[in-house]
Amino acid sequence: MGYPHPSHEKETVVLSQYFGDEGGRSYQGWVERGGYRALEAALAMKPDEVTDVIKASGLRGRGGAGFPTGLKWSFMPKDSGKDHYLVCNADESEPGTFKDREIMRWTPHALIEGCAIGAYAIGAECCYIYIRGEFTEPLAIMAQAVADAYDNGVLGEKLMGTGPRLDIVIHRGAGAYICGEETGLMNSLEGRRGNPRIKPPFPAQAGLFGLPTTVNNVETLAAVPHIITRGAAWYKDICRGNEKSTGTKLYSVCGHVQKPGNYELAMGTSLEELIFDMAGGMRPGRTFKAVIPGGSSVPIMDADDIKGCLLDYEGVVERGSMLGSGGVIVMDDSADMVYQIYRLTRFYAHESCAQCTQCREGTAWTVKILERILSGEGKESDLNLLLDLAENMTGKTICVLSDSCAAPVVSGIAKFRSEFDAYLSGARPPALAAH
Amino acid sequence: MSTTGASAPETGYEPVFTGETKAALEALFERYPTKQACMLPALWMVQKVRGWISESAMAEVAEVIGVTPAYVKGVVTFYTMYHTHPVGRNVIQVCTTSPCGLCGAEDVMRTILQETGCEELGRTSEDGRFTVQEVECLGACGFPTPILINDDFIESVTPERVAGLLEGYE
Repeated sequence: MGYPHPSHEKETVVLSQYFGDEGGRSYQGWVERGGYRALEAALAMKPDEVTDVIKASGLRGRGGAGFPTGLKWSFMPKDSGKDHYLVCNADESEPGTFKDREIMRWTPHALIEGCAIGAYAIGAECCYIYIRGEFTEPLAIMAQAVADAYDNGVLGEKLMGTGPRLDIVIHRGAGAYICGEETGLMNSLEGRRGNPRIKPPFPAQAGLFGLPTTVNNVETLAAVPHIITRGAAWYKDICRGNEKSTGTKLYSVCGHVQKPGNYELAMGTSLEELIFDMAGGMRPGRTFKAVIPGGSSVPIMDADDIKGCLLDYEGVVERGSMLGSGGVIVMDDSADMVYQIYRLTRFYAHESCAQCTQCREGTAWTVKILERILSGEGKESDLNLLLDLAENMTGKTICVLSDSCAAPVVSGIAKFRSEFDAYLSGARPPALAAH
Repeated sequence: MSTTGASAPETGYEPVFTGETKAALEALFERYPTKQACMLPALWMVQKVRGWISESAMAEVAEVIGVTPAYVKGVVTFYTMYHTHPVGRNVIQVCTTSPCGLCGAEDVMRTILQETGCEELGRTSEDGRFTVQEVECLGACGFPTPILINDDFIESVTPERVAGLLEGYE
């Protein structure tokens, strides 16, 4: 549903069915809503069979990368004799994205059930749920739900009283965007600075504590019980566009729309319908200018780009951007694109872990150059300098934070060049005070 | 109150990890294969008890976790939520990242700075009641502007709501 709004007829409601329903938060309430039947069904299968169902469903990672979930699970070694870990990435920090927060706030047991099924499939006896430190309410709700799951015999010595051991531990982050990157997250969980690691080795070979690990996003794991209960074919059929993108996806719509909220759509639904029908379109008297469709790390789209754009992994790429985390940031004609791009780059400069030179220096200098332009002291050559910097920040670092800072700069200059020129020529008054 | 410069070593430091806090940490050691994995939880415990994390507290965490004080400092300073200086009785974090920025977050922040008497980001008000920090994306972009006052997550804050919201925090 379009929480906090009622469901829109164009939504396909699966994960968000119980958003806003406090009754679904308790163990008993969740069982009454059909909870934990999927886990029972999964435990009646062999672990590999569970993985096969997820593979067949076409479920792909909902954190942003879109990697096939079943395939990721199948990378975990068999009979290695080592401990395996499942890590649930609940460090939701991508600007524009607030879906995992609602999953944890309203349906904590859906996430626990997804974690339990995932852990069973990959042979993990321990699952850490890493929740960002600022999420005080989801942290409290998840901690209570985990305690209730132990008390009711779901977790602990035997999963549901019959399965293998499973412990779930809630781990609180402490404020660092980069810990949403899976290897940064693992370092943070180990009690280190959250610097991303060089891959390979990939987590399935040597992840958390050097042991085979799978890291999955909250929304990905929350989808798993539905697939087990209703079957891979049901999930695969939820597809209006490209057959490589299946199921539902939560879109967090924010910025200049009349009804910001979380909307759950079948893969392949129109981006224009999401913005203009479901989210209520622009405020009266305003017109659409731009949208960042997949969280702040993806290229900006303008009015031409969104025409006919279908929201799935392939559809958004076709139109020059990416589906990412599904954080849809909408801007109307009141938005100053130069300032907005500057504000985005400031975020990345603040969040850079600073271990790679291109990122540490590149993000900081990008901010400084944009500040110079916004204070009316920009030079004609600054745009080329920004693009040159962006090129050196793309594809050259351990993780993609640097690339994410470059994306809005490159797409912004390409699509809204006249606004940059207006600052450079003095036609637009300075937005920032000169230093 | 200044928030810059090196903090002076504390005299007469009382350890945090005694009694119940020590027992809580030891129970947590059981949930992880290494003691070091309890670093972030241990730092949270210190901050809960003391309000901030001093150099002496870092040295104590180093001792209980089994790493060097310098290592602990490296970790503490990586994360924005750990305070390495004393803060006001109430800490307010205001999101001004792009989605909230589009919806007036900077006006909310200015109003909070005025109403609290903090005037500047990072500073503590004269009466020690508030410290205000700007924070990057709080992950509630559909409810602009979200703020955190201590552990209270408050959605949809507007400049008009600020004065009323602050009343509950002495």
